[in-house]
Formats: sequence, structure tokens, C-alpha cells
Amino acid sequence: MRKVIMGNHALSYGALLARSQVIAAYPITPQTQVVELLSEMCADKRLDAKFIKVESEHSAMAACIAASAAGARTFTATSAQGLALMHELLHWASGGRHPVVMGNINRSMAPGWSIWTDQNDSLSQRDTGWMQYYCSSNQEVLDTVIQAFKVSEQLLIPSMILLDAFALSHTYEVVDIPEQKEIDAYLPPFKPQIRLTPSEPRAFGGLTSSEHYFELRYKLQKDMEMAPALIEETGAAWEKKFGRWMGLVEDYKCAGADLVFVTSGTAGYTARVAVDELRKEGIKAGNIRVKVFRPFPFERIREIAGKAAKVAVVDRNMSYGCHGIFHQEVKSALYSGDVHPPVFGFVAGLGGRDITLDSFREIAAHTLSHKRPEDDIVWIGVKK
Amino acid sequence: MTKTKTMKLTLPQDELMSCGHLACQGCGATLAMRYMLKALGQKTVLCIPACCWAVIDGAYPHSSLDVPIYHCAFETAASTASGVKAGLDMVGETDVTVVAWAGDGGTFDIGLQALSGTAERNDDVIYVCYDNEAYMNTGIQRSSATPYGAWTTTTPVKHFKTRPKKDIVAIMAAHRIPYIATASVSHPEDFYKKMIKARDIKGTRFFHVFAPCPTGWKSRPEDSVKLARMAVQNGLFPLYEITDGENWTLNLKLKDKKPIIDYIRLQGRFRHLGETELQAMQDEVDRKWNKLLKNCGAT
Repeated sequence: MRKVIMGNHALSYGALLARSQVIAAYPITPQTQVVELLSEMCADKRLDAKFIKVESEHSAMAACIAASAAGARTFTATSAQGLALMHELLHWASGGRHPVVMGNINRSMAPGWSIWTDQNDSLSQRDTGWMQYYCSSNQEVLDTVIQAFKVSEQLLIPSMILLDAFALSHTYEVVDIPEQKEIDAYLPPFKPQIRLTPSEPRAFGGLTSSEHYFELRYKLQKDMEMAPALIEETGAAWEKKFGRWMGLVEDYKCAGADLVFVTSGTAGYTARVAVDELRKEGIKAGNIRVKVFRPFPFERIREIAGKAAKVAVVDRNMSYGCHGIFHQEVKSALYSGDVHPPVFGFVAGLGGRDITLDSFREIAAHTLSHKRPEDDIVWIGVKK
Repeated sequence: MTKTKTMKLTLPQDELMSCGHLACQGCGATLAMRYMLKALGQKTVLCIPACCWAVIDGAYPHSSLDVPIYHCAFETAASTASGVKAGLDMVGETDVTVVAWAGDGGTFDIGLQALSGTAERNDDVIYVCYDNEAYMNTGIQRSSATPYGAWTTTTPVKHFKTRPKKDIVAIMAAHRIPYIATASVSHPEDFYKKMIKARDIKGTRFFHVFAPCPTGWKSRPEDSVKLARMAVQNGLFPLYEITDGENWTLNLKLKDKKPIIDYIRLQGRFRHLGETELQAMQDEVDRKWNKLLKNCGAT
């Protein structure tokens, strides 16, 4: 069924088709429509799930973790301050190996209060042991929810699906909503080997001495290292069934490019238009859209960006006192490769300022006019 | 053959708690757990946040309890219990009693918001607060359950606690949940009966259990049960129940309510107090006792 829906509702439909069993959520702008629709779906029995209307995001994640430990498939959604409030529990979900799936609408952190987009909320959570998928279209959001469950439940690692506030969360697009039976054939029910049950009493997450803790963390990383191949494999099966690309990194005209943009989220789509425009003007540009940030696709970045003459990373985020966060990661990926093209770092669009075609023209002009980066951060569109 | 005279047992002999746990000698919280599990039986899941019991149970991969436990974050005993119940219902295990088991810090303070949320939704869980009147697991710091006058490591004798204990039961009653009970480790039969009663009620049920802590109270381990009994008998920790937030029942009437002074004298944490402070404590106990009698219609 094809339907014109907003990005937030694409998350709700994803959670519906995945047959989520427990949803615990708290509203926050710009996430509210996700849980409003899920609440309706539960009320009219389209979705057979328990919806726990919690009193905070902290409790939302606690309840999702607990329901997951009991053996149920769980989903929640939040944004910005809500995600920050969950921070402690994000560690609990990954450390306890509970494959919770969560939508997060990328919204800037206060103060000053801002409901518009940038990625500092989710990138502040990069070391919590969650997988992170940055989406560029409503279709991709829906498709990713289902695949995230599939990957998470095999690895027992939670997943976060990211949407730019308003630029995606409130934008209406045509979305193909697959039939339930097609999704049922793709995504099996969640049946963890070990779960909370009186028939097999076990203590979960208890006091762990230095005799064992280190190994638990080692195993989490080893399983995370299996994720890139599994995500690609899961995406390939999806593409075969539904004809839509899913993977770690989207390569748009990067082969033989003089200049490759590295983008994420909705800026990735603007970048594709910019690439087409620049190519009309004789500039051989390409775009890498990083879909999966954790695990970071080191190998794919080396394969694609390593071949470019110059790389321009566009960050809608900042690590204060350092650089843009994707910029750091792309540089670290390339450093261990054989070739080291110059990597330029651009910070743009914080607090929801638009990243436009002109932003990319400015980025291209700067990159092409400099032999190598003179600054680690070039601010695009900032009023000085 | 002569018939042997046997003692009549008032509690089941079955134990779901084994030896080898890590509690201090004379720990009231340990007795509370033992009695509760005797009542609830094996079809129970426990949600335990940071508290003494997070340690007492034993370190990974061991556990001293024969029921499943989810060790959760400090603030989340109630929301974790809500989640476990929802999850078990969805996988078809609808006959399990889900219990949040937290200390006074996790209940009166950091976990109060989540507890209020669970109670307001009336989620089908039992919440038990074992109250040892301070953050004992971190080494005796004041909580909002610490009584007026008490020494703790954050309320030293020169600056002892000057605010009264938070009235958690009144807060819970204001939520109009179906069942609330107080219990003391000195009255196991009363506790057991109330647990059996609570087990068969749907919705949020709350227990406030008095659990002396010899380490934090500077009392002798062998006096724990005695102290708990004294607190019941002098009206400091009365045994009562509240159904639907407004029907109060006093379970143990005190014909001869004793003064609190003997109870106070058995504990090092009140050693610094003078006559004025002790009188203030007695006045507060009397005020609360009279209020309780009024609530119970027993004046």
C-alpha cells in the first residue's frame, strides 16, 4: 500500500509491521506523532501490544529493557532532552544485551531551547553501545525499523533510528507500506534463548567483579564487529524482496570523483542534488551518505573515500573543543588505509538552519580552492 | 509409642532464599525477603535496583534466591516492574507475580517519580520498600526516610537530621492504589498474611517494611528483631493497611503504648540527643499515632 505519510508516522508503521509487543514512551516535540499513532494502533487493536504510558523517558527505556528481558519485542521513540534523560539506561540496554529499537528525532540540545534539528543529541550517545542508523527519507525510516529489529535481535544489541527534526520528522512523502505477511516472512518473532522466567530462575545484571566484567564488554564489541556484514546481508535480502537499497553507506557517483562529500541524514539528499548540479558545471563530485554510524563503516569509507582526490565532511554536529564528529571518524578510518586524501571538515546547519544547495556550492568552492585543509573546522553559514 | 509434641508452624517451611548470601549479621532486609518469598512462592520475578539487596543476593554468576531477578538502575524499580509485567503478559506468562524490591533511598528519593508513575497507572505489580532509614549500601548516608535526630555520615552529630521522615505511605495512599500495607520483620505472620492478600489483588500494591540495620543504627545484630518489635509497640512503626487509598485498618492495637526511649537507647545513632530532642521525637510519634487512630476510626 502506498500512502503519503510524515516521517514520524513512518516510524509508527515500522513498529506496527514489526509486531512490537511492548511500547513505553513519553512525548516530546518533535517526536509526539510517533507515539500518538502507535497509541491509536494499540487502542483499535491493529497492533497487539501493551502500551505503557510512562511518566518520563528514563522510565520509558527502563520499561522497554525490562519487557525485552521478559522476552517481548519492544519499541520506543524520543528526541533530544528525552534521549539525554535516557542516557543511563542506554548503557543498561546494551550492557544487558536487550535488543530494544528506538526512533530518535534529531533535535538540538538546550539551552537555548531549540526544537529544530542537529545531531548532538544522538552523537552524544555514540559510546553507549547502540547501533545508530541515520535516515534520509520516510521510506528509509520505515524500512530501517524492520531491519533494525532483525539485526538487533540476532546480535542482542539495541538500535537507534535517527530522523532530522522537521526536515524529516514532519515532512510528508509517499511511502510504500508492505503487507504484514511480507514482513512476517522477513522478520521472525523474537525468541531469546535466555529470558526472565520463573521456570528458569536466573539473576540478570547483578554485581560483576573484575573477574568477569571485562569479558562481557569484550563480547559486546566482538558482536558489534559482526554488525556491518549482517547489516549489509539483511539489507541485500530486503533489496531482493522490495527493490530498495539498504546498507551501511550510500555511494552516489563517487567513482573517479575529484571531490567527495561525506554527509548523513537529510543533508545526504541535498548533497545528491548538489553533485548533479556540480557535475553539470564540469566538477566531478560524488557523495557518500553514511547511513550507519555505529558500528562505524570503516572499511566502506576507506574503499570509497580513499579513492577520492579530496574529501569534504559535512557535519550537522560538533564535539566542542574538537571537530565535527563524522569528520573525526572519517579521518580515523582513512588514516589506517593505504591512501590519505586531504579531508576537509565543515560544520553546518546547527539548530535547524537549512543546509542548502548553496551550502554545498560553498563547501565545494572552499575544498577545490585549497590544496589541503588549513583549519579543522570551516563554519558554513554562520553569522560572524 | 508416645506421640511427639511438635511445635505448630506459623509460616511455610519452604525456603526460596538460600544460605551464602552477603548480608551483614542481623540484617532486617534479609528476613523481609525470606518472609515475602515464603508467601509469593516460585512464580515470582524480582526487580532489584541499587540497594543493599543488589549485593546481598551475591555476585555474578551466583544468586542466593531461587526466583529470577532483574537487577535494574537505581531510579527504575517501579518502571522495570511495569515493563517486566507487560513483557511477561505478552509472551503468555500471565500468572507471575512481579515485585519491585527497593530500599528507602530507591523508594522515598531517587525512585519516587517512577513509583508514582507505576502507581498512577495502577500497573499490576507489588512494590516493596524495605526501610532501614538511610543509604546503607553506600555506607550510611541520610535519605528522606532517615528519622529526625539520627546520626548518619552526612548528618554528623553536630548537624543531625532536623527534618522528619517523609510519609511515604500517605504519598502512596494519595495515589488511591488498591492495597497498601506496613509490615515489620518482628511480625512475620502479619507480613506473610498481608503478602498472601496482596498476591491475589490486581493493580499496584505497596508495602512499607521496617527492616533494622545494625551497621547503620549502631545496634547489636541480635537486637534487630527486638528493635523492630519495639518500634511497633511504641507506635513509631504501626502495623496497618489501606485499601483504595481511604479505608485504613489498624492491625495491631496498642493497649499500653510504650515510650520510645528504650528503643532509642539501644541504638548508637541517637546517642548525641538531649532531653529536648528526645521529647520532640516522642511528641512526633504521638502526633502521628493519634492521626493514624483517627484515619483508622479507632479513636
